[in-house]
Amino acid sequence: MPAEPGVLARPDREAVIPITVERRGLRLPLFSLAMIALFVVAALVAPLLSLPDPTAQSLRARFTPPAWVDGGSREHLLGTDRLGRDLLSRIVWGARVSLAAGVVTVLLASAFGAAVGLAAGYYGGRVDATLMRITDATLSFPVILLALILAVTVGPSFTNVVIAIAVILWARYARVIRGQVLTLMRLDFVAQARLAGAGAWRIITRHLLPNTLGTLLVLVTLQIGYVIIVEASLSFLGAGIPPPTPAWGSMIAEGRDVVTRAWWVSLFPGLAILLVVLAFNLLGDWLRDTFDPKLRQL
Amino acid sequence: MPSPPVSDPDLTRAGLPRPIVDVRGLRTHIVTRWGTVKAVDGVSFQVAEGETLGLVGESGSGKSMTCLSLLRLVPRPAARILGGEVWLDGEDLLAKSEREMRAIRGRRIGMILQDPMSSLNPVFSIGMQMREPVALYHGLRGSALAARAAELLAAVRIPAPAERLRAFPHQLSGGMRQRVVGAMAIAAPPRLLIADEPTTSLDLTIQSQYLGLLEELQDRHRLALVFVTHNLGIVARICDRVAVMYAGRIVEMGPVRRLFTRPAHPYTRALLESIPRLGTRATRLTAIEGQPPDLAHLPAGCAFAPRCPSVMERCRVEAPPETVVEAGHVTRCWLEAPARPGDSPGPGAGPAR
Repeated sequence: MPAEPGVLARPDREAVIPITVERRGLRLPLFSLAMIALFVVAALVAPLLSLPDPTAQSLRARFTPPAWVDGGSREHLLGTDRLGRDLLSRIVWGARVSLAAGVVTVLLASAFGAAVGLAAGYYGGRVDATLMRITDATLSFPVILLALILAVTVGPSFTNVVIAIAVILWARYARVIRGQVLTLMRLDFVAQARLAGAGAWRIITRHLLPNTLGTLLVLVTLQIGYVIIVEASLSFLGAGIPPPTPAWGSMIAEGRDVVTRAWWVSLFPGLAILLVVLAFNLLGDWLRDTFDPKLRQL
Repeated sequence: MPSPPVSDPDLTRAGLPRPIVDVRGLRTHIVTRWGTVKAVDGVSFQVAEGETLGLVGESGSGKSMTCLSLLRLVPRPAARILGGEVWLDGEDLLAKSEREMRAIRGRRIGMILQDPMSSLNPVFSIGMQMREPVALYHGLRGSALAARAAELLAAVRIPAPAERLRAFPHQLSGGMRQRVVGAMAIAAPPRLLIADEPTTSLDLTIQSQYLGLLEELQDRHRLALVFVTHNLGIVARICDRVAVMYAGRIVEMGPVRRLFTRPAHPYTRALLESIPRLGTRATRLTAIEGQPPDLAHLPAGCAFAPRCPSVMERCRVEAPPETVVEAGHVTRCWLEAPARPGDSPGPGAGPAR
């Protein structure tokens, strides 16, 4: 049975199956996208909006209620805080802090964590054992405590908040990526690359990393929400972004004592946190389900 | 049987040019919790230009480990190449540095693994993956690179190669993917191609096509081909010579026709008897008695002794030496050892067909 050329030449298109995307995955998470877009755009163009200066104080206008409540004014749509600063303006400017903290922290943490995970999964053995023990140790250290220590010793600042969170957060990436690399390493294309003469760097960057990008994207999205919460918690505790820079967490803290008289001072920044975090989490869930149903346990 | 280029395997063997690959006394051991496994224990063979050597044996007999040892890619740190020589075109690969080996892998020794479903990177198009080795081996760029990649796909009989370069692995069938892997493996082209059961997961017609293709590629590039399989039908079809491995050793090696008609080792005989055949009376297939050996605790003498129908006292004490049965046909069995001509052959002896 010699193989004839004609037998091998199959009709042209037969083997190419069009990519089919599941219907379920096609329904875009419109709420999340709209909400994220709203906050991102607002944060980006904050200086261009005709909003009052977020740090301008006016003792006469202190505790002005929102516009639709009795005693409210059109100048301050969401009211003012105890120093008479415009809440809407502070929330918009606060979005810059929260989103920037979320994105920068997560990018730093994911880059470092992914590198550790790739190295641990690829090299295995002692390298893996060492890196994973460090990872475990890191994960057992409370973020808030580290940030408080940093705030007390070095002083609270945006940079310190980012560092404090990133220094702990990378461990989660390391663990998830390592797990995925271990699975990938059993697949033949990695072995095949090695058989073709590829070295460690080439295999890691060309074969392993691209295959983990989906997971990374999902994790990054889910973690942005988490980081925003942690940043807000730190600001609430006074270990975060120092005043007068508007940050959602510290805004809630400022309204805490007057919540019975001036509920709006705490409520609106709280709502902002809720909406942004919810939006990122829903988007992350959607990405996870769309990219790879196998990642459900994340 | 394919008639074209390679005529009688025996004749091919007789007129051999100098070997491309010459493996001598290769030993690779794996350290496990249960003891040291001698996965490759003194394996020697040669493969010449344009020749196909079949490497057969049960799972765990050391076939794959032998191949990986040639490329120095045994799974570390558990497995280690402890000794022997691997000569490729007159250079000892075991004496090379890791950097030098990287330049040899792919360029001078190609290898095809058995699972076409996972042997391509799912996130890159076929073209991106094809271009990588081609660029690496030939330093091509741009349109010349794309053209060469398409040419390689055409060489493995993939229709509309230029279009196929844009496809992703999941859009191709298993047979197609395996051919793409084949195309990448011959990109250099290498001097030696190792195919580790490349057809096991393909269905029979595709398998047949793929084997035809391998023969064709081998013929065109005059590759030395080592074909690992446990399918004796494939061996009969494409191999010139065959080496039978058992427990990390080559127990018999010789020209395919000779081995199939006059096997010298009881294990080879048993293997041949366990193949189903059409057109013979319907008897039960003969299974090989006993269990595959526990590689961490091999018996003192011949590793096959506990399952051998023709076992003798001596087999359990002393490992049989390599014995030449006929020019080009060697075995490791006391039955064939010259010093003991008087021993009566066991019940399984005699021509298998």
